[in-house]
Amino acid sequence: MAEQEQPTPIEEAAEPASSEVIIPEGSEVPEDVLEESEVPPSTDKSPKVRIDPEEQIAGKSVRSIIFSVFSPKTIKQMSSAKIVTPELYDKEGYPVDGGLMDIRLGVIDPGLKCKTCGSKLKECSGHFGYIELARPIIHIKFVPLIMTLLKCSCQGCGRVLIPKNKVDTAKKELGRIEEELGIEERRRSVKDIITNLKTINKCPWCKSKQSKIALEKPTTFLENEKRISPIEIRARLEKIPDEDLELFGLRPQNFRPEWSILTILPIPPVTMRPSITLESGERSEDDLTHKLGDIVRINQRLFENINAGAPEIIIEDLWDLLQYHVTTYFDNEVAQLPPARHRSGQPLKTLSERIKSKEGRIRHNLAGKRTNFSARTVISPDPMLGINEVGVPFEIAMKLTVPERVNEWNIAYLKNFVKNGPKKYPGANYIVRPDGKKKKLTEETIEASVEELQPGYVVERQLMDGDIAVFNRQPSLHRMSMMCHRIRVLPFKTLRLNPAVCNPYNADFDGDEMNLHIPQTEEARAEAEILMEVQTQLISPRYGLSVIGCVQDSISGLYTLTKRSDIDRKLALDLLAATGIEDFSRLPKREKVSGKEIVSVLLPEDFMFFGEKRSDLGVEGKEKEDITVIIKDGKLLSGVLDRNNLGEGSGLLLRTIHKKYGKEFSLDLLGKLFRLGIEVLLRLGFSVIISDTDLPEKARQEIKETLTQADREVEELISLYHNNKLDTFPGRTLRETLELKILEVLNRARNKTGEIAATHADRDSPTMVMADSGARGNLLNLAQMAACVGQQAMRGKRIDKGYRGRTISAFKREDFSPHARGFISNGFKSGLTPFEFFFGAMTGRDSLMDTALRTPKSGYLYRRLANAMQDLKVEYDHTVRDAGKRIIQFSYGEDGVDVAKSENGVINVQRLFGVHGGQD
Amino acid sequence: MKKKFEISEHRLVPKHTKLSDKEKEELLAAYQITNKELPKIKKNDPAISSLEVKEGDVIKIVRPSLTSGESTFYRGVVNV
Repeated sequence: MAEQEQPTPIEEAAEPASSEVIIPEGSEVPEDVLEESEVPPSTDKSPKVRIDPEEQIAGKSVRSIIFSVFSPKTIKQMSSAKIVTPELYDKEGYPVDGGLMDIRLGVIDPGLKCKTCGSKLKECSGHFGYIELARPIIHIKFVPLIMTLLKCSCQGCGRVLIPKNKVDTAKKELGRIEEELGIEERRRSVKDIITNLKTINKCPWCKSKQSKIALEKPTTFLENEKRISPIEIRARLEKIPDEDLELFGLRPQNFRPEWSILTILPIPPVTMRPSITLESGERSEDDLTHKLGDIVRINQRLFENINAGAPEIIIEDLWDLLQYHVTTYFDNEVAQLPPARHRSGQPLKTLSERIKSKEGRIRHNLAGKRTNFSARTVISPDPMLGINEVGVPFEIAMKLTVPERVNEWNIAYLKNFVKNGPKKYPGANYIVRPDGKKKKLTEETIEASVEELQPGYVVERQLMDGDIAVFNRQPSLHRMSMMCHRIRVLPFKTLRLNPAVCNPYNADFDGDEMNLHIPQTEEARAEAEILMEVQTQLISPRYGLSVIGCVQDSISGLYTLTKRSDIDRKLALDLLAATGIEDFSRLPKREKVSGKEIVSVLLPEDFMFFGEKRSDLGVEGKEKEDITVIIKDGKLLSGVLDRNNLGEGSGLLLRTIHKKYGKEFSLDLLGKLFRLGIEVLLRLGFSVIISDTDLPEKARQEIKETLTQADREVEELISLYHNNKLDTFPGRTLRETLELKILEVLNRARNKTGEIAATHADRDSPTMVMADSGARGNLLNLAQMAACVGQQAMRGKRIDKGYRGRTISAFKREDFSPHARGFISNGFKSGLTPFEFFFGAMTGRDSLMDTALRTPKSGYLYRRLANAMQDLKVEYDHTVRDAGKRIIQFSYGEDGVDVAKSENGVINVQRLFGVHGGQD
Repeated sequence: MKKKFEISEHRLVPKHTKLSDKEKEELLAAYQITNKELPKIKKNDPAISSLEVKEGDVIKIVRPSLTSGESTFYRGVVNV
């Protein structure tokens, strides 16, 4: 890792005026690094010999990087042209000599040769030029530094305002601050030290008086409310002696402060600001060229005016204008300046904007690399795939390739791929000769290629079943967002996955797209397989339970299956066979078997489990015994399997199996259970109809009575309120008390109607099965359909928006009755009144807005967290430390538990010591 | 009569104690660290105002924890 050995003089080292130079500490470092990547794999060796890439790597490492600033002298030295005119092209459309598109600055047109180095387009990376500024200009990015330097150095002699005898202690103190808090804090602290020493007003060296210096943003410095010209500032900075600069953490050989006042401006090569030729033949210049044109133009005018002896006012104005142009050239988003714009009014994208933020060079081009050997399409479900498989369309499988090296044992096998070529599956798209030359396979080259093939060649063959791929869905918030799957090449055009892995990816099929990557080396494949394959990711490191479980239909299916005890043996065998079971010996030999016995066939024979209770709401009689899951010797004795035991992130059933039988077995079992659930529904049928929510007349009557009773109670409360007889709650006004009491009454009524609906609903109806098993929906949803939707609330209150004193103009003012304030007493099935519907639309819109606003907010919050914690790591002594080895936690999570190896964050100590099997 | 509010007696303030020099040595040796790697606490932090600490001391904090019941934490006193 490159280490920063000395303080960086300046952070914004990326602009040309302060371009970074990488100075190798040990002299030859960068050349060697470059060489490694530039030498083609073979230059000196015969093509037949396999080249070991290790041999090419010279053992050098970067010890340090120093960022520094160009001095005016260096800028002149490295320039190949002096720019003197804002014109770009002459009448023939040829670049003007001394113009911004001068051909000495590099080539951007194909066919031309660079006038400086003689190379062609793409070979010549361009050359810098420079302009001489008529008057010094302040570099906007150095303003804070200039400010500190001016404030901390004597205005007469240039020495730092620290007495001789205190310099050493100050240096030590500053060194410590820099180490702990960074270079910026060091510079800030110099001023604090001087303030503490009370030398801010009088120089301890030459005893001259110091006046106050202020900054008028962005670039004007004031002394006693009078402007100091950049010339004066430059003169003062020049006076600061080298040894005093070290106090500020600056290295004088790399950065003299006067260099931050520009006298010479480097002109970047044309290659970094290429012009584009439009269809009409017109040339459109880059934003930077536009900006540089402004600078050169104003600079020339300034020169002319100075030479002509123009009045001071005109010169000052032009100087300020030049300062504006140079400032916006570096940064067009300076707070106090209006951004420079195109004629169309859109702001120019100048140097800073090229670098920073999401679309900037760093995050977009450097951190955000694009990748080959990857695919992306819409996803769709396929429960017949294994959980660790991914279905890949033929179209994709025939584009993506896996490189395989030919040897004497596999040559026949690989020749078959080459024979098929790129158009016949399974074929090959490229062959690579041992010298590294890649050859594309086409109809014409197939025959020659087959002949040519011999050990040492590499065949890039098309994807096949069983190949390894990394599958990913953004946002990748988790490590489970990127898992390794086995490929299954399938017809049609979507990527397919088992619906059980939707959870870790947080995927659904309403148009989601996912990415697929094909590792290209043996090492990468091994890594993906061992560290990332789905079965290795079963237990969540967040809560220590399975992240993959049965979902939706599968849960409904297993629930119905385990509830029934009268299944024909024929059907049972059919189900098991469809699930992939071949050994039926564990199924009891009876005409009728129970669902529990069918599930038991899947379970391992020595499995013991005592499971969580599911919700026992409304369960009576015989069924009451069925609410706890008991598995003994691999037999499901009692209990209905539902989401509490099979779902992701809930229940210990899956966790226990994983612990006892390992990841491969759990994945296999999960796959089989999942399929069993689906097969059950496939055979028995499962449809939701509106009459699922039908209630008997008696229940409907009851609901109606409950609601009228609530209405009466609210009416009473309102009359109490009007007569001032309501007891106010502490800390509430009378009005608030009324609202709270009404809300309470209405809530109670709604809950009661819900209960009525739940008790009278047909427990075997598909709607109830889904709610009860936890597959989809809940009792509240059912109650809203069958009985009463309930109070619509916005921000925890009944709806009171709309007109003055009322929600809808059809009501009277100050009408506090339920129906005027958003209480929906109808159910969805009986239908809503227009007013009720309107209230529903209000809250619906409100919650839609809320989610739309919350998503980006939480996304950004997550990004900040992830960035802040990215280098934290648990060390071998259980401490959590950052990259600087500073301790963050003394024991990971304060209890030192690795959640991924725990059961729901807890360690079962009883089982650890074998106390009655840990199960009880 | 105004009684000074003693912050360390408040139920939400975890127990802060100063380590002796020997304990401090042992702690630093156990984690193979110097003062620099320790989490920091400012010298004038209200929670240790009654402890008479100087820079470089180590404060032991015992606080209730959701995961482990009670957890110990150490902070080095700094004056920045």
